[in-house]
Amino acid sequence: MRILAALLMSVALASPAVAETVLIQNGRVVTNGAAGIIENGDVLIVDGRITAVGANIAAPRGARVIDAQGRFVTPGGFAAMSEIGLSEISGSGAPNDASVEGDLISAAADAGRAFDPSVTAIAVTRMEGVTRAAIAPSSNRLFGGRGALVSLGGEADSVFGERTFMVVDLGETGANRVGGSRAAVWPAFEAALRDAREYPSRYRNGQGGAVLNEIDAQALQPFARGEGTFLVHVESAADIRRLIAFARANPRLKFVIHGGAEAWQVADELARSRIPVIIDPLSNLPDRFERLSARLDNAAILARAGVRFAIAPGPGSVDAHQARLVLQLAGNAVANGLPWDVAFAAVTRAPADIFGVGNRLGRLERNYLADVVIWDGDPLEVQSAPTVVFIEGVEQPLVSRQTRLRDRYHPDRLRELSSRTAQ
Amino acid sequence: MRLGQWTAMAAALLLAACATTSTDTPADEPRVPFASTYTPAPSTPTLIRNATVLDGNGGEFANYDVLMRDGRIVAIGANLSAEGATVIDATGRFVTPGIIDAHSHLGAYPSPGIQATSDGNEATQPNTAEVWVEHSVWPHDPGFARAVAGGITTLHILPGSANLFGGRGVTLRPVLGARTVQEMKFPDAPYSLKMACGENPSRVYGGRNSSPATGMGNVAGYRQAFANAARYARRQERAEAGEGDPPDRDLEMETLAGVLRGEILLQWHCYRADEMAVAIDIAREFDFEISAFHHAVEAYKIADLLAEEEICAAMWADWWGFKIEAYDGIRENIPFVHAAGGCAIVHSDSEVGIQRLNQEAAKALADGRRAGLEISRGEAWTWLSRNPARALGIEDETGTLTAGLRADVVIWSADPLTSYAVAERVFMDGAEIYERGRGHVSDFELGQTYREGAQ
Repeated sequence: MRILAALLMSVALASPAVAETVLIQNGRVVTNGAAGIIENGDVLIVDGRITAVGANIAAPRGARVIDAQGRFVTPGGFAAMSEIGLSEISGSGAPNDASVEGDLISAAADAGRAFDPSVTAIAVTRMEGVTRAAIAPSSNRLFGGRGALVSLGGEADSVFGERTFMVVDLGETGANRVGGSRAAVWPAFEAALRDAREYPSRYRNGQGGAVLNEIDAQALQPFARGEGTFLVHVESAADIRRLIAFARANPRLKFVIHGGAEAWQVADELARSRIPVIIDPLSNLPDRFERLSARLDNAAILARAGVRFAIAPGPGSVDAHQARLVLQLAGNAVANGLPWDVAFAAVTRAPADIFGVGNRLGRLERNYLADVVIWDGDPLEVQSAPTVVFIEGVEQPLVSRQTRLRDRYHPDRLRELSSRTAQ
Repeated sequence: MRLGQWTAMAAALLLAACATTSTDTPADEPRVPFASTYTPAPSTPTLIRNATVLDGNGGEFANYDVLMRDGRIVAIGANLSAEGATVIDATGRFVTPGIIDAHSHLGAYPSPGIQATSDGNEATQPNTAEVWVEHSVWPHDPGFARAVAGGITTLHILPGSANLFGGRGVTLRPVLGARTVQEMKFPDAPYSLKMACGENPSRVYGGRNSSPATGMGNVAGYRQAFANAARYARRQERAEAGEGDPPDRDLEMETLAGVLRGEILLQWHCYRADEMAVAIDIAREFDFEISAFHHAVEAYKIADLLAEEEICAAMWADWWGFKIEAYDGIRENIPFVHAAGGCAIVHSDSEVGIQRLNQEAAKALADGRRAGLEISRGEAWTWLSRNPARALGIEDETGTLTAGLRADVVIWSADPLTSYAVAERVFMDGAEIYERGRGHVSDFELGQTYREGAQ
């Protein structure tokens, strides 16, 4: 334990506390903006922000200059759905703040207030080029709770979007939580919205909520008024159509779908509804009845229809440790017909846009926060890895508990250990 | 080697069984229960030309040809010719042996995953060595066709890991459209026994206030069971030698005695290095072999020991942290086991992961290289075919592109150790079982509304 603490301390000390002025030169700069991909491009970082992107930018006095040697220079990855920071170890009876059980709290659960920037998964994840995440709690009720947006810089103030979205299950899982039938899901959801809108009066006059307790009604109220986004777990075409109809009837409310394995079937309706979808490009098995038509080219079909979407693990696959794999997911979407730039945007710009921070994250453009990654290859290729990672202009050490274990048991060192055991 | 041993053992067992019935006519020989009825699909002689070939044995060859005939590899080399063979121009493509997944639950935990189909673990008592997972395999699992699209030509189905002894595992061919599991059984492949270390058995049974509830309870459970099995095996041997009656048939003991005799290969779910070392001592105490540790998240900590003991490690590329025994997972686990001279295997344990094991090997290869190891693409492919074949006792039948072996071959659109490569054509015993864009539709999926609409 003391060794671990010392190790973490040394990692913390290794990271520069302040943002530098840095000029990255000669990169294959993926701007995610109007400029597209700039060959032999430069990116200037000052005080944690990007101040210039283009060709032949002059280095300011005192700037550190990094020659990218023609390699990819990109915005940091944004895990559009994760439980990172909500547990050090998910199972084994270890503390797990991702999962809320019991009757006290559901909609009121607040992921941002459970997030711990010091969990080891954060260093593991950012050194693979993912710098931001949307994190969501889950409960065993209709509402999972309130999600947050976090930086993976490991700083005390990593939560940059609190109570940004409300998780609600309106598919198979939701049905199981309200008596086992979809016939109960929508009435329960509508009753919860009424409870929230009529908070606090119906609770003060003794009437109480129809389905929500006072704490949950209070938490749901801003979302029921259209002040936050509902992140809705639905997979089947039928459930997606019901959501589209509900959204049309309730134009003030904001929705994003998480799941959407059968979204391809209703791609045109989704495009018209402007409801964005967070999809998992590996979902291709009829493993649930709500995913019977799941297919690998879901993303490609949605892109052709003009649906806004991001890429992340699907409901049931979201975890606290593998947010780094969103880039592999995007690469697999490319293997199944999605254009590269759309796939890359789906794990960088699209999540930022969906969660309302697309004006400062997800692009390499002037005034954007300087989450910038230099790669040793194509970032959507499984063999590639970052060589340099900046979060808000601060270079991150490419060190984690995993790299420390790697170094301790490296084959060269194992030979020494082996000879010692033999003596 | 192991397959040869197994065949000899099986023959000896049959003879012994005949002796007890005192009839020697072949017609009266007891039928092997649930015998394989697998027959290779019809094939034509096929010459794949001008590909980059990873032979599964560590080699990589540019502009090479692969010739298959009568279901077997005839030759690989430059400028092969074969009269009458179907010629496939594979210029720009890669050709490899079919991938072998040493750890799958397809069919036993099929899609759709509902209560009634969750058939993979007889978690009713800590020792269920008597169950055979093949009796839970549903041949119509839509996952089999997806696995083939990922280049899988052989897969080992294991029961779950809630028990100390989970039961017998079975090596299958992904025969799409098979009506019975017998049609899928890899001919003459040895059975395996699934055992489990660590927190799964102690959590499941300890949670029911029964043994094992601890690591020491686990070890006591293994040792007592093998002590009992040794006694059973001795009584069997004495009866075979004409000394006394054989023991009453006991399905649990038959499986454990099979492990002691080396006929049944032990596949042991074990995450932690210290627990693997204890397992190795148990194997020494009762004189049996461990074929592979599965998951083996800490194999890198004892890579030297595993190499010395010639025990394979079947691993994920980068899974970690989902429980405390997986906390020390590192991305270099597979390459470190390889670098120590050990038998490293990339396994899936997942109906999703089995569809792209090549990408998992690619990650492990890249991470190993970044850690300073020199590993070739050809060597990395041994993790996907030759080494799992070894752990399953079928390396004399498949796993490498060696003349005489079964022609299990995949043509990839590009270097398969990348994200964008896809399997274009898959051959099993020389017969094409998959071509990209023409996937098999399982019985379960046939006639579903979306499919009918799409057609």
